[in-house]
Amino acid sequence: MAWLGVVPFLAFIVAFLLWPAASIVVRSFLDQQGRLTLQNIADLSQPFIVSSYIYTIELSAVTAAVGGLFGLLLAYAITVGGLPSWARAGLLGFSGVASNFAGIPLAFAFIATLGQLGLVTQWLKGMGVSLYPAFSLYSFWGLAITYVYFQIPLMVLIMAPALDAMRRDWREAAEGLGATGWQYWRFVGLPILLPAILGTMALLFGNAFGAHATAFALTGGGSQSSVVTILIGAQISSDALANPGLGNALALGMIVIMTITIGLYSWLQRLSERWK
Amino acid sequence: MSFLEINGVRKTFGQSVAVEHFELRAERGEFVSFLGPSGCGKTTTLRMVAGFERPSAGHIRIDGVDMTDTPPNKRKIGMVFQSYALFPNMTVADNIGFGMRVAGRPRAEIRARVDEMLGLIHMPEFARRYPAQLSGGQQQRVALARALAAQPQLLLLDEPLSALDAKIRLSLRQEIRAIQRQLNITTIYVTHDQEEAMSLSDRIVVMNRGRIEQIGGPFEVYNFPQTGFVASFVGTLNVLPAEVVDAGAGRVRVDGQEIALGKPISGGAAGQRLSVAVRPEIISPNGAHGPQANQLRGSVEDVTFLGAIVRVRVRLGASAVHFDVFNNPHLAPPAHGDLVTLRFPAESCMVITEARNH
Ligand SMILES: Nc1ncnc2c1ncn2[C@@H]1O[C@H](COP(=O)(O)OP(=O)(O)OP(=O)(O)O)[C@@H](O)[C@H]1O
Ligand SMILES: [Mg+2]
Repeated sequence: MAWLGVVPFLAFIVAFLLWPAASIVVRSFLDQQGRLTLQNIADLSQPFIVSSYIYTIELSAVTAAVGGLFGLLLAYAITVGGLPSWARAGLLGFSGVASNFAGIPLAFAFIATLGQLGLVTQWLKGMGVSLYPAFSLYSFWGLAITYVYFQIPLMVLIMAPALDAMRRDWREAAEGLGATGWQYWRFVGLPILLPAILGTMALLFGNAFGAHATAFALTGGGSQSSVVTILIGAQISSDALANPGLGNALALGMIVIMTITIGLYSWLQRLSERWK
Repeated sequence: MSFLEINGVRKTFGQSVAVEHFELRAERGEFVSFLGPSGCGKTTTLRMVAGFERPSAGHIRIDGVDMTDTPPNKRKIGMVFQSYALFPNMTVADNIGFGMRVAGRPRAEIRARVDEMLGLIHMPEFARRYPAQLSGGQQQRVALARALAAQPQLLLLDEPLSALDAKIRLSLRQEIRAIQRQLNITTIYVTHDQEEAMSLSDRIVVMNRGRIEQIGGPFEVYNFPQTGFVASFVGTLNVLPAEVVDAGAGRVRVDGQEIALGKPISGGAAGQRLSVAVRPEIISPNGAHGPQANQLRGSVEDVTFLGAIVRVRVRLGASAVHFDVFNNPHLAPPAHGDLVTLRFPAESCMVITEARNH
């Protein structure tokens, strides 16, 4: 009866992971009448779809990298960096909220600050610096800045415990042997943290890749050059131009890209963890 | 001028004093232990020598150079931690070569030195292993090799054997001492294990509550403790409550039985209470010490077989005395309830009035 305990877990996996994934795969190969077809997959090669994938991958990679870097630096500052404990508590509390602050509220918060009539935009204009039209919140970089707002806190939340777990003995052993602080990080600290950093960056990539509401609220969902999740939304929506088969094929493409990301990440992690 | 000089060092953490009035001079090649109970300031003092803590007052000089404000990475020290603290992401060889690598030594030189160190710790075949693939004892030997590879001026060890099991502890202890002698490196060894301190050290610094109680060789500290604390912390001690009978003649009464201390009790008066301490191995049952020896009569209450020696507890009214006899397979040890007469020479008694303060 030992397997009985695993039943809820398996049921969960089937209901929320395997079943939807299988349904996406199957329906990617069905047309509107339920007949087998390759047309949906072939349709993925349309230029606006290819460019949407590239756009989304770039957006996810950039925000994972920028969010990861700044998140790591902030996590370092509140752990090893020895900031006072109120700064630590404050930043962790803020991160807990901000990492979940996505979707329409986040989009409106940014529109209110960095939008064409936003607070910061107006303030900068008053100082003689005009953001627009060189910058637009509704462009790639606008979207990237908005995403980074939840990527950094997520990185902080995951890396802070990892940095806390770095043993003081390692640092002191290195110092005693004549290493500078930089040499300690270069040869000991970063290599030990690398698997955690890579893992979290992969998570950030997926986090950005799957985001929908924030992008939808900012771009209005109408733009041609947009993130994949918005294209999917358009295809499975109820209007007349929708094509659920294509929507499923788009989702299948996302699954493939996420699988490649996870594969790449596990490979890098294994490389960086030879010593474990 | 001594090789290592610790002058009037004091360390406070906020309101609490961790170390006070610390004075020590150690010669080149000397092996000094810091011995004391938990929290007495051993680690704090060692960390000040290493440079990880800054003394609140006082100076630390190594080879004539004032190091008080020198950061640890400029002090040329080798440090060994209780937790080994090997870098988990590096092989044994890279760990050992780390100090030379960050100093920018040429590769060939590092390789040669690493091989030499691996030979010194008898682990040449482990060069390519990672720390996670080694036993605790092996890890600590690698840590020792790493600390020594860059030829430090001082070797500092903080309870390096505490995390290991008894057998390995014993063999590694001897290995540490052998390597230390071979390299003639000045060493400070922190421990709360008195046997470890006794067997390894040229000199022992006995510490209690942030202060030095006594500095001396193992023989001196064990046989001539200067304070009540040292007497009771180092080795096992029978401490018997006693009452002065005749201070000038050095006679006291223990549970109604009179014994001699072999010397006058300075500043004592008849009827005053004090404690008399005697080591268990000095006491022998029945005739051994001759007719002049002190005698105490009692009955055997407990017998503990410890292997080479048998420890016997004898009840004398309100107090109890332990004594040791060597195990002898042809001689039955004392049995529970046996009446015995314990004998010990007057000169072996230590009088404890109170802990001495500096
Ligand atoms: N960083 C610190 N902050 C505050 N107090 C400290 C700090 N480090 C040590 N202490 C205090 O200083 C005293 C001496 O500590 P220390 O670690 O030197 O003891 P120790 O002799 O090494 O004990 P142990 O055998 O348990 O390792 C203790 O009371 C300890 O609580
Ligand atoms: Mg300690």
